Amino acid sequence: MDNKRQYEVVFIVDPTADEEVPKLTDSFKQIVTDQGGVVTKAETMGKRQLAYEILHHKDGTFVLLEIEGSGREIAELERRMRVNDRVLRYITVRVDEDRRRAQKLKDRRTRKAAKRPEKGSHHRRPTMDFAEAAGE
Amino acid sequence: MATNYEDRVRGGGYDGDDDQDRRPMGGGRGGGRRMHRRRVCRFCIDKVDLIDFKDVKLLQNYLPERGKILPRRISGTCATHQRMLAEAIKRARNIALLPYTTD
Repeated sequence: MDNKRQYEVVFIVDPTADEEVPKLTDSFKQIVTDQGGVVTKAETMGKRQLAYEILHHKDGTFVLLEIEGSGREIAELERRMRVNDRVLRYITVRVDEDRRRAQKLKDRRTRKAAKRPEKGSHHRRPTMDFAEAAGE
Repeated sequence: MATNYEDRVRGGGYDGDDDQDRRPMGGGRGGGRRMHRRRVCRFCIDKVDLIDFKDVKLLQNYLPERGKILPRRISGTCATHQRMLAEAIKRARNIALLPYTTD
């Protein structure tokens, strides 16, 4: 087991500071790379309405970062986001374990399908039940 | 609190396939009228292995008006997928993609 972890970080930027979003994203990316992490994906999900008010804001710009690393860069990134008042909220989710599990399930399914092509045909057929019941 | 779950089920998209729900009735004469409504896990049918917390459209189906997580006795979701679903909904709530409550 290698200790490369994958994370998804989503943060919400103050909508009044919309033009700062690219700059902010770049600075966060810089922080991650400085700490030895790799940003595999950076995507602005756009401005959308919040389900509830955060600091009297009704909407915000959502940005998604996918990060690969040891976990140390996440600590630094979260610290910076906490301090920055342009960031209304952030969430970090570790995804490598779940993704691996999903991949395993998928592999198992394809293997099973290859082994037994007639899967699903052994569903309980009503014809059998009917025949038996009529014979009684 | 008059959340009518049954109505929601009929209106929503997570109801099981209708022709699969009814078991054949025994014998024809005098057989007990048992109509099993077997609800099936949507995620199992679609072979979903991972529920993304950013997929608001999907998650909203499992959040009735009040904003509470739809119990699996109503939706028919299997235990594994209900667990994944609940986790995803809670994450989505945290970043204001979904509401904690709606009044």
